Amino acid sequence: METNLHRSSQFNEELERLRDDVIHMGTLIENQIKMATQAYVHNDVSAALQVLDNDNQVNDLEKAIDDECIHIIVKRQPTASDLRLIMSIGKIVTDLERMGDETKKIAKSVRNLQKPLHPLPADMLGIRHLADLATKQLQGALSTFAHLDTGEARSVILADDALDAEFKATVRQLITYMMEDPRTISAALEMMTMARAFERIGDHTTNIAEQVIYIAEGRDIRHTSID
Amino acid sequence: MDQVSHVTKAESRNLNFYYSNGAHALKGINMPLYENKITALIGPSGCGKSTFLRCFNRMHDLYPGNRYDGQIVMHPDNTNILADGVDPIEVRMRISMVFQKPNPFPKSIYENVAYGLRVRGGKNKKVIDDKVEQALRGAALWDEVKDRLNDLAFNLSGGQQQRLCIARALATDPEIMLFDEPTSALDPIATASIEELMTELRNKLTILVVTHNMQQAARVSDYTAYMYLGDLVEFSKTDDIFIKPKDKRTEDYITGRIG
Repeated sequence: METNLHRSSQFNEELERLRDDVIHMGTLIENQIKMATQAYVHNDVSAALQVLDNDNQVNDLEKAIDDECIHIIVKRQPTASDLRLIMSIGKIVTDLERMGDETKKIAKSVRNLQKPLHPLPADMLGIRHLADLATKQLQGALSTFAHLDTGEARSVILADDALDAEFKATVRQLITYMMEDPRTISAALEMMTMARAFERIGDHTTNIAEQVIYIAEGRDIRHTSID
Repeated sequence: MDQVSHVTKAESRNLNFYYSNGAHALKGINMPLYENKITALIGPSGCGKSTFLRCFNRMHDLYPGNRYDGQIVMHPDNTNILADGVDPIEVRMRISMVFQKPNPFPKSIYENVAYGLRVRGGKNKKVIDDKVEQALRGAALWDEVKDRLNDLAFNLSGGQQQRLCIARALATDPEIMLFDEPTSALDPIATASIEELMTELRNKLTILVVTHNMQQAARVSDYTAYMYLGDLVEFSKTDDIFIKPKDKRTEDYITGRIG
């Protein structure tokens, strides 16, 4: 449903600011994921520490956006698409914040891998692939939120299957290494943590896409099949 | 979720209304009133919501030249209350009305409530006493006025006066009660008590309320109808109207957008 402007220009501005802040928070997470991925690829511990340090900004934004939502509810008593937008943003920021936490796990694993561990027999390309897919998923989710594009939202939800498949493949590979040579367990477990974190990031992007469908269509598709 | 099956208490069928100056104020309205439910009419000034409400107790008959076309049918007896030969006084016994501003008669509290019963020919003091008490209890006013029933009604507060008017309307045991912006002249506390009362009255009768206050419609009603320029744009469960309206005109109105 295409929306017109409110009679209250201040209300328009409040909603605009809220949407901008969500995009800003999403972009911050995207940069965090990219930095954590680079930290892994280049074995760059200072980048990993930077990711851990930046997480405060993510948490602060979560609280600030929640606060904006509460103020709008109190002042404007939003209804219909406005109500759905505000309620969904409350959930979306939680998903974004959790993605921030997952990114922190990745950064910590990069840091832990600095210790002298018995190396894995091969480069884990699956992790890079997972990182790529998770980043694309987040970009898609943010774009779908910015445009309230439900077609794109459905694509994001469906595309998560690829991430899940890649995750399973990576886990299988890691289990094989651990069975072949138990000395690889420590490193493999760090890899497992990273793989799991990227997979979880994908899950959060599908939550955001579901919220976008709720905002735009008023349909709650959580816990149902997209088909 | 409300899964109770709904009984239709009354319905308008292709209802048109023309004022004496020729203005076509209602355009083919088809709408049910479900029994023991509160239905709210919302819409901008001049949309026809008060005109529609007033059709239900034949208020427009008071001015010559006004014209109805179509039907308002009451169930279960299938009476078209707009039909020639139906006595408006009888209609008003079955469908009573509460107005925007409390309008008690310049009489005692007791006489305000007893009035409708006397008009109906009631003479037995004991019966009238019982009815007055019952109506005042029904309007959640009894405890506040039981010791001063002979005081002038004007000495009551605005909220109490409005509840007195509700008691007066209740005394004739109506099946439907119409509320025309019943709290627009009241403070928030009196408003809350009237809203609370409406939800209690719903157990006994069917309510149609016109309100400019959309939050009030969202709070008290089970169904909401959005009207615009004499048309019924959307009629739905209140939750659906306020969370997921189907028509863009409804969406624009309730969210305060420029349509």
